[in-house]
Amino acid sequence: MARKKKTEEYSKEFVLGLYRTTVRIRAFEEHAAECFTKGMLAGNIHLSIGQEAAEAGAFACIEPQDFFTSTHRGHGHVIARGGDPKRAMAELFGKKTGYCKGKGGSMHIADMAKMNHLGANGIVGAGQAISAGSALASKIMGDNSVTVGCFGDGSTNEGSFHESLNMAAAWKLPMVWFIENNCYGVSTEIHRVTNTPDLATRAAAYNVEYAVVDGTDALAVYEAMKVAMEHARSGKGPYVVEAKVYRYQGHYCGDPAVYRPSEYMEYALKHDGIDKLANRLREMGVTDEELEEIKAAATAEMDAAVKFADESPYPDPSEVTDDMYTADNERCVAR
Amino acid sequence: MSKKITISKAIREGLLEEMRRDDKMFIIGEDMAVMGNVFAITTGFLDEFGPNRVIDTPISEEGFMGMAVGAAMRGMHPCVELMYDDFVTECADPLFNQAAKLKYMSGGQCSIPLVLRMPMGSGRRNAGQHSQSLEGMVCHFPGLKVVAPSCAEDAKGLIKAALRDPDPVVVMEHKLLYARKEEIPEEEYVTPIGKARVRREGKDLTIITWSREVNFSLEAAESLAKEGIDVEVLDLRTLVPVDWDAIRESVSKTHNVIIVSEEVKRGSYAGELSAEIAEELFDELDAPVERVCGLNIVSPFSPVLEDQNFPHPADIAAAVKRVLNK
Repeated sequence: MARKKKTEEYSKEFVLGLYRTTVRIRAFEEHAAECFTKGMLAGNIHLSIGQEAAEAGAFACIEPQDFFTSTHRGHGHVIARGGDPKRAMAELFGKKTGYCKGKGGSMHIADMAKMNHLGANGIVGAGQAISAGSALASKIMGDNSVTVGCFGDGSTNEGSFHESLNMAAAWKLPMVWFIENNCYGVSTEIHRVTNTPDLATRAAAYNVEYAVVDGTDALAVYEAMKVAMEHARSGKGPYVVEAKVYRYQGHYCGDPAVYRPSEYMEYALKHDGIDKLANRLREMGVTDEELEEIKAAATAEMDAAVKFADESPYPDPSEVTDDMYTADNERCVAR
Repeated sequence: MSKKITISKAIREGLLEEMRRDDKMFIIGEDMAVMGNVFAITTGFLDEFGPNRVIDTPISEEGFMGMAVGAAMRGMHPCVELMYDDFVTECADPLFNQAAKLKYMSGGQCSIPLVLRMPMGSGRRNAGQHSQSLEGMVCHFPGLKVVAPSCAEDAKGLIKAALRDPDPVVVMEHKLLYARKEEIPEEEYVTPIGKARVRREGKDLTIITWSREVNFSLEAAESLAKEGIDVEVLDLRTLVPVDWDAIRESVSKTHNVIIVSEEVKRGSYAGELSAEIAEELFDELDAPVERVCGLNIVSPFSPVLEDQNFPHPADIAAAVKRVLNK
């Protein structure tokens, strides 16, 4: 386990960076939610509100050469990785300027060229094997990159979790799995369907190192992930980090989450990860005005992202069969 | 110059040549490395290429298939083997929802240059979970290419083409073809994906078929020839993309068609082809297209029962006569 550092051991700029990331994620999500409510978006969106601190902390450890996979609840990962909110928002809108030219939508943002983002995925558990496969490619090529598989508590009960982790362990693949455990798979509380208090402890069954951290504490997540990334990069094999987080919204935007006891949100709001970072920064001498400026900048940035998405063109209907195949596309889709 | 080798050796040669040519390629699957595959396709590969490029997996089809997808997204060229095509249900998600879809869903950002070899087919007395012909299922999913060679030459040429293709290609290899010895060219060659081959020319009726049923269709055609019925046998070789030009040309010449496959008849790729022909070539037809397939049952174990579940030359000949009203 990572040693817990005192506040003064971090630079103000570093903690400000984490805070800025969390605020930007929340601003992106709140803007997306508003657009959804206004009927500007097609389909469903799944929001990361409440999970920002864990995501900011984890992604602060991921180097430019590293790869990652994401989930249906993946907007936060894109922002934390330094993605472009305009292109992300445009993808939610189904616009041609989106990361996937409007062919993926909220659940499938990918950016292979700049973010090394191997894709969010609509299938719970799919990213586990894909991240392990990317790590296998790194091992074969010897390229010193680590692949981070991001996923939630629900997918730890998929077979691919166990199959992929077993192989990654046997072959010492450079892979870190980052579990954001918000306790709910749609409506089902994880402990109703799983007998282990923590999920990362399953790693022990495969002789894999793991850590369980408070996901509302960005710095705790950062420390745990740093250990995990160093472990994987040094050839010691995979590592699993579980961050305990809270999903403030229901499963999807608009889900009233009536299946959840009120204590869940009462506790969560008292332990908000963004508030915690703000308090740390106040201890470090940052003023409320400075914190407000960061929030205002994030709001302005996401206003611009919405404007960009809204004003962007839809794909041309003639593009509907494009990109199915790399070679012989026309003949392959003809019949 | 040509040489005579078994179809399994032909596949082996194709894999070996591509492994030597392409250092991004690796082979992954159950019993592929130390044992060299249950059909001896990869014996000796481990010694030549090492454990990073010839990988024995645990019995985790979903896991290693998904890993192959991830590696392919990173620019590697994985060649995955499922010991039997029946096990595709164990890795349905990584194949059908990931390999087939990620290019499109990412807006064309990646290619998935992955090859999946799937030994398939009836006749080895292995019952319902080791004997299926799942062309209909595999061809259903847009994003996959599908080839099903019938002879040694194409088995080698198509595996090489598949390994060089930027898209995911499923190679359906009939298990009962592996031991057949046939002529193949000595020199290096590649069989293009998407090209059918007329294996026998004829003017009265076209048999559209692939894989092992090509041989049975040729046998049927020879026996029919003795009765004065002149049958053309079109070996599709590739199912997706199908060589529609070849089908149209042949049907426009013979005006009669049967489609022969080992699949369960209901929901078969044979049915899909039949529908396409009915939609697009109706005016060319003198009679309804007939499908000659397996029954709508689970593949049985007992040889007496299993033999009723895939078309034999006599079944094919009988279907030809029905369509020709002879």
